[in-house]
Amino acid sequence: MKNLSKKQTSWWKSGLPWVWLNGGAVAVCMLMVLGLLGLIASRGFGHFWPADIMQTKVTEMDGSQQIIMGEVVRAETIPASVARDSGYEIPEEQLLVTRHLFKLGNRDVTGRDFVWYLENGMDEWTYPEDAIVIERREWGNFYGYPVAIREQDKVVAELLDENFWEEMQSRLERALMLHHQVEVIEKSRIGAINNAMEELRLERRRLELSGATAEVLSLADANISERRAALEAEYSVIKQERDDLLQQATRDKLVAKTADGKELVMSFDHLVRITPSNQLSLVEKTVSYFQYFWAFMTDEPREANTEGGIFPAIFGTVTMVIVMSIIVTPFGVLAAIYLREYAKQGVMLKIIRISVYNLAGVPSIVYGVFGLGFFVYTLGGNLDELFYAESLPSPTFGTPGLFWASLTLALLTLPIVIVSTEEGLSRIPSTIRQGSLALGATKSETLWKVVVPLATPAMMTGLILAIARAAGEVAPLMLVGVVKLAPSLPIDGVYPYLHLDQKIMHLGFHIYDVGFQSPNVEAARSLVYATSLVLVLLIIALNITAIRIRNNLREKYRSASD
Amino acid sequence: MRGASVDVKQDYQLASSVQDKAIAHVNLERYEEIGAVYYQQGGIDFFNLADGVSRQSYQLVLPENTRVTAFAKSMAMYGEMAYGLSNGQFQVIKTDYQISYPQDKRYLTPNILYPLGEAPIQLDENKSSISQMAIQQTANGIMVAATTADKRLLLGIFSSSTNIITGEATLAQEIFTLPPLPNEQVASKILLDETGQHLIVATDNSQIFLYKIINPASAQIQPPIVIEQGNITAVEFLVGTGSIIVGTDKGHLSQWFLVRDDNNVYALQPVREFKSLSGAITQIVPEYARRGFWALDNQQNVGIYFATSNRQLFEEKMPLAVDQIAVSPINGKALLLNHNLAVTVADVWNKHPEVSFSSLWEKVWYEGRQQPEYIWQASSGSDNFEAKMSFVPLSIGTLKAAFFAILFAVPLGVMGAIYTAYFMTPKLRGIVKPTIEIMAALPTVILGFLAGLWLAPFMENHLPAVFSILILLPVVMLVTGFIWSKFPTSIRTRIPEGWEATIVVLPLILCIYFCVTLSPLTEIWFFNGSMRQWFTDNGINYDQRNALVVGVIMGFAVIPTIFSIAEDAVFSVPRHLTQGSLALGATPWQTMVGVVLPTASPGIFSAVMMGFGRAVGETMIVLMATGNSPVVNFNIFEGMRTLSANIAVELPETAVESTHFRVLFLAALLLLALTFVVNTLAEIVRQSLRKKYSNL
Repeated sequence: MKNLSKKQTSWWKSGLPWVWLNGGAVAVCMLMVLGLLGLIASRGFGHFWPADIMQTKVTEMDGSQQIIMGEVVRAETIPASVARDSGYEIPEEQLLVTRHLFKLGNRDVTGRDFVWYLENGMDEWTYPEDAIVIERREWGNFYGYPVAIREQDKVVAELLDENFWEEMQSRLERALMLHHQVEVIEKSRIGAINNAMEELRLERRRLELSGATAEVLSLADANISERRAALEAEYSVIKQERDDLLQQATRDKLVAKTADGKELVMSFDHLVRITPSNQLSLVEKTVSYFQYFWAFMTDEPREANTEGGIFPAIFGTVTMVIVMSIIVTPFGVLAAIYLREYAKQGVMLKIIRISVYNLAGVPSIVYGVFGLGFFVYTLGGNLDELFYAESLPSPTFGTPGLFWASLTLALLTLPIVIVSTEEGLSRIPSTIRQGSLALGATKSETLWKVVVPLATPAMMTGLILAIARAAGEVAPLMLVGVVKLAPSLPIDGVYPYLHLDQKIMHLGFHIYDVGFQSPNVEAARSLVYATSLVLVLLIIALNITAIRIRNNLREKYRSASD
Repeated sequence: MRGASVDVKQDYQLASSVQDKAIAHVNLERYEEIGAVYYQQGGIDFFNLADGVSRQSYQLVLPENTRVTAFAKSMAMYGEMAYGLSNGQFQVIKTDYQISYPQDKRYLTPNILYPLGEAPIQLDENKSSISQMAIQQTANGIMVAATTADKRLLLGIFSSSTNIITGEATLAQEIFTLPPLPNEQVASKILLDETGQHLIVATDNSQIFLYKIINPASAQIQPPIVIEQGNITAVEFLVGTGSIIVGTDKGHLSQWFLVRDDNNVYALQPVREFKSLSGAITQIVPEYARRGFWALDNQQNVGIYFATSNRQLFEEKMPLAVDQIAVSPINGKALLLNHNLAVTVADVWNKHPEVSFSSLWEKVWYEGRQQPEYIWQASSGSDNFEAKMSFVPLSIGTLKAAFFAILFAVPLGVMGAIYTAYFMTPKLRGIVKPTIEIMAALPTVILGFLAGLWLAPFMENHLPAVFSILILLPVVMLVTGFIWSKFPTSIRTRIPEGWEATIVVLPLILCIYFCVTLSPLTEIWFFNGSMRQWFTDNGINYDQRNALVVGVIMGFAVIPTIFSIAEDAVFSVPRHLTQGSLALGATPWQTMVGVVLPTASPGIFSAVMMGFGRAVGETMIVLMATGNSPVVNFNIFEGMRTLSANIAVELPETAVESTHFRVLFLAALLLLALTFVVNTLAEIVRQSLRKKYSNL
């Protein structure tokens, strides 16, 4: 016994407990990182999986029973007293109750699409074969049974018909195609006419500002009104075409009923997807999973961003990051080359170095404030006065937009590029330089033909890290050009194709906006997880690439310097 | 933060249309084109501000054999003016400027309106002459108060309504006689406030009485306040009629307003005193839309003040005698006038007077508050709103968030770094280090979203689990280590030294799992079913989005910064030092504490500083996980509003170039300065450490 206690004290004295505590700290850190990534991954990927449609009978708080149908979202165990406090009747001896959150959809019928029900008083869960979930353009999902398909108020297929399911899908496809055609007309052709109209107005205003005489003006007016009339004529033709398509799209109707028997007639042009989840095999589910994932990546958002896809956000993020790279790369690389190769090493350089490091530690929101105050209002305001006077007082560059967002982020990521390039340059063994000089190359030849090409991977690393940082940054962007819903993409078919003055959507801001500013947080939650997943994957992929390049580089020069 | 300036632009002599040139009031309209002089006897002259050319003249029609004996005006925004007559009647007028655009140029036409009808209204049935008057537009209609020559105090409430069908205007009126002033005192000035609930009477022996007139029929007088710094010569409401400025014959100026005491009784209280003028105050002119005012004394001194920030923005002796001042509603021009109608027009620069060092950093006593406080409330829906811009709640919030984040991150980050750099096998280190560094690249918007939508509700529902995890984790680590040391050597040798961390993982996961599953039961056993409720019952405020959530998630964001720098510092401690120590028989931990840590401590300090800098500037996490309420406390269960989140929330929505906009820029500068100091310090420490290592 004495022996044992002595052994114990020695274990304490040796300091091993501290080592274990330190080891534990690492373990906790790792657990946190992996747990977090796992959480995002499971929730995010789960968003696309066609969940089984469950039907059961539940007891409401007032004791009435009700049949519900929907998806199970999550479950929670709470102390029974909490449930009792909120009005449920729970038997005395029960300590804990489990409650389930169901997504019931059918917002147009019941008004409540997410509801908690206690397990007490709940029937067994069934998964009816015929149950379908319909994704709609309005009112969120519908859960229920299909009944019949109507064409111009005439029933063409009923549930028990053999070809009912095929009929339903083919009619849905037709409606989707028509919808797509309408969209094309609205977006590109009507959009082009609107642009031309605006251009006419600006032309007139430009003439006015240039101090043209009344004669010239009246001449121009005649010309302009002629062109305007032509545009209007064209517009009415297109509008007719569009109205015809819309008319055709309302031909088919789907009759469906909810779990408790309410019947509902929906026009096919309001539907996006019909999934009979319970009929699908695992393979079919997987296919549907990837289809849904693809749709998520390529569709536009619907219902105040809480449904649909995130394509404009991805597109906006990528465009912004590309513009930023174009700005930051030359500046960063040249600055680094100057600091490393040309500048006289001294106090001044030391101050510059510390400043650059410091720039990296400045809070990102401060960059945003700087961008807003200097780029947007000062630079942008002056640009407008110089080049876009005809459209004042509505600002062109004097308002937050893509270019200013990119410029602000370029400033923010500049230290990353500088530091990484400098590091790359410093790693190039002096033997290589000396070799080049010994062969008679001048200093600039050595630099540009030998050193810089060798350091390219380091520059790439810097750029990739900069891109990863920029893609995840949100705070400054809120001030300098990112909005929750941009009317059009920053790149389109209208001259000058890349619209630097346009406001953009952004993945990170999308997460903030949908998660915290949307009216229906519960409905948006899984979409936010999915969006986060896309962003995290993008950033981790970029970072891992950068780390790989860096490591390869180190290996390469280690051998070269030996 | 510069003061105001007043540049004299024009001097001219005004031609007058009336005989008796005693002036009652002067004002300017918001386009700064037209000045108006209201004479005591009912004449009104409108003239071009630029050159003094008369635009229009009016003369009130008074009943025969009466004179105007009193003049009063309501808050400048409402613009009513009342003339009290010698027969106990009064008349109300209001000036309206109609805008037309002949030849595309703005043209203003002044117009006189009669809100209560053109005929004078009998206020005093005894037809005694009115000696002092007050008028104010309130929710109940236009209220008028007057003292008569025989020292009675009257109050009238008038509301004019137009019949929709006949278009006929009807006037509803109620007139009350209020209790007279005690001891036969004579009122020198009376004022009615906008709520219609208070009447303020200043007497000629320097007392101020407050009448509560919520029920005019049973009005109450509060005990008087005595002004000790001289005789009252001017009293005026500031905009919003929430507070009064009192000027005395000794040039003393002070602000008073109604403060509720602990018994819920409102009383006038002195709030602040302003820098005195040298002569007796003759006039106080409140600014149109902010809590600033101009004061004039009988030695031609003009002072410009701002109440909330307690600043004197301007003081100068005017070359000419001045009897009346008018300031334009947009504070761009001022008009100075003397009894000979000599006019001086001056350009005024008086922007952002509401900000001073003391208004940003010290407690300020705002209107309607019980005591001086630190408040951030920069905007509201009402025009009369007093912007409350104190940096203190925001700075405290920033430090609070950073403090809890550091509290969470330092033990994990530093201890993790020590283990990784010194005890861990290189192979494992090759996995651990990049993983934690990738953590740094994780967008904070995602962390913030998880904090707000996942962790905050989770913590609220599993409070016991959170605390038990925090307490049990270190215990589990130690117990695992102890049990491991008891394992037979054959098993222990299978896992080489430097892999301890992997052994702990499983017990840790089990511990977390049990804590979460047992959480509802713990709540039932110890906290009557709900720990949150238990907190509330014990007087602790609990917000769902609180400092605990922020501490954990922002700590998570800061760990990679701390980890990475601290790990570098520990790892670069020269090997010969540690090998020497081990060779002398010290255990690895003794070497760690005795040799490695002292050498690397500046690096670790630098790491913590860097982490702190990052936590201070972090925006998205605090924006999404704190609830953003600007409270001044360090309660871990309440939220906060940080400088950075405040900028992100308010800057996109504030008016460009407004005071609020500028204050937010100042907040950004403050943030920049704070992080700059912290980062520079950390960088210098790091550089000197690097030098030290290369010398060793």
